[in-house]
Amino acid sequence: MSIATMLLQLGRGLIVTVEIFLLTLLFSLPLGLLFSFGRMSRNVIIRNLTKIYISVMRGTPLMLQLIVVYFGPFYIFRIGLEGYRFTAVIIAFSLNYAAYFAEIYRAGIESIPVGQYEAAKVLGYGKGQTFLRIIMPQVIKRIIPPVTNETITLVKDTSLAFVVSQAEMFTLAKQIAAAESNIMALMVAGLFYYVFNLFVAVIMERLEKASSYYR
Amino acid sequence: MNLLQISHMKKSFGTLDVIQDISLTVTEGEVLAIIGPSGSGKSTLLRCATLLERMDGGSLSYLGEKAAWEEDGRCVYANKNELKAIQKVFGLVFQNFNLFPHYSVIKNITDAPINVNKLPRAAAYEQAEQLLGQLGLRDKADAYPYQLSGGQQQRVSIARALALNPKLLFFDEPTSALDPELTGEVLKVIRQLARSHMTMVIVTHEMQFAREVSDRIIFMEQGMIQAEGTPEEIFHSDRERVKEFIGKYN
Ligand SMILES: Nc1ncnc2c1ncn2[C@@H]1O[C@H](COP(=O)(O)OP(=O)(O)O)[C@@H](O)[C@H]1O
Ligand SMILES: [Mg+2]
Repeated sequence: MSIATMLLQLGRGLIVTVEIFLLTLLFSLPLGLLFSFGRMSRNVIIRNLTKIYISVMRGTPLMLQLIVVYFGPFYIFRIGLEGYRFTAVIIAFSLNYAAYFAEIYRAGIESIPVGQYEAAKVLGYGKGQTFLRIIMPQVIKRIIPPVTNETITLVKDTSLAFVVSQAEMFTLAKQIAAAESNIMALMVAGLFYYVFNLFVAVIMERLEKASSYYR
Repeated sequence: MNLLQISHMKKSFGTLDVIQDISLTVTEGEVLAIIGPSGSGKSTLLRCATLLERMDGGSLSYLGEKAAWEEDGRCVYANKNELKAIQKVFGLVFQNFNLFPHYSVIKNITDAPINVNKLPRAAAYEQAEQLLGQLGLRDKADAYPYQLSGGQQQRVSIARALALNPKLLFFDEPTSALDPELTGEVLKVIRQLARSHMTMVIVTHEMQFAREVSDRIIFMEQGMIQAEGTPEEIFHSDRERVKEFIGKYN
């Protein structure tokens, strides 16, 4: 296989990798906020259910979760799902990352001094206004570093989709390496992941800068 | 009509009775100072009066509108909309300012008038500029709270409260978090408000300030009002506890 063919194939895989990455963030960031509300809910049932959910998602391998989400429907309903593979990957990744983001949001929300809520209340802000105008902007600033960590991990975790044979970059690199008896494709994939993450780091740094106008 | 009326307020945390049975009234234009040792329940009294804390018994009303009252031995509160209206009557200045760190000074002052009171932007900004001038902060409009001294931050928080045009302003130890040299600038602002007949309830440890600025002083201890009177009456009280307390702070 020529280098050009290899790069082309890896490039195709990279597109799928980026898709997994972006869609996972798109779904897990808001879903995580929802779970963090559940985790802090005054309703004991909701609070504990969310707690168990988060604990299971963080306490079991993402690889296993991918397998369960992808193969689960076959075993339970005895139905074959045409074209379900990519959807399954996005569902598993989003559910998993939402659990991590939920804990980050919760820590961020709980770190805002109660005086901020009290000042807002006395000034007449409603609950929603207080959260959106006063609390959330401060939370976002505080959670940028841990969210950056998770995001960088996500770039690398996308490679776990190989376990359900999703044709993302790592799966393809492994196939090429096996066919050619040569790890060059894997090395190149590694480089791509690294560059991808440099890119992520630059964006997150910009965000951090943009929110550093106050302390 | 009394601006504020508290009757038989009671509040406990678990088994600790923090407010035993407090009744007081504040009339329009009056400045009431509340003094007393630490832990005597002064903050809790203000927090109940400003609806940050629910009281366990007694009644609370502003301008004759009932915020809370007793029914079958339980304390019940008015509904959300009624409380919202009552909330507009008063403002509160905190010991540690509680400014919004992500907002500039001018935004701290204008955000609630615009988003809560639906005041037009231009009017809110015009009023804020005027308040900043009045409080000696004209050049700080675009600064962020972290760039200000404690005294400046407290003055901004006073401006923020005043921007909603409250009829009554509560202060909970407004200078206790400040270095002595910054205390003066905040006290000066409060004196200025007193001269313009702003109705105020001020919890403070600054005895001389309380004496000169207030029309009436309440001495609190163990969740009860132990003495109440004009500054002269309190400062010349023959009650041992009052004398001892004032002596300690003077
Ligand atoms: N949220 C709370 N939970 C439990 N105890 C409290 C709470 N707030 C205040 N207290 C207690 O109530 C008492 C009075 O407190 P506070 O009103 O802050 O007094 P002061 O302002 O006069 O110093 C203190 O013993 C304090 O520890
Ligand atoms: Mg106090």
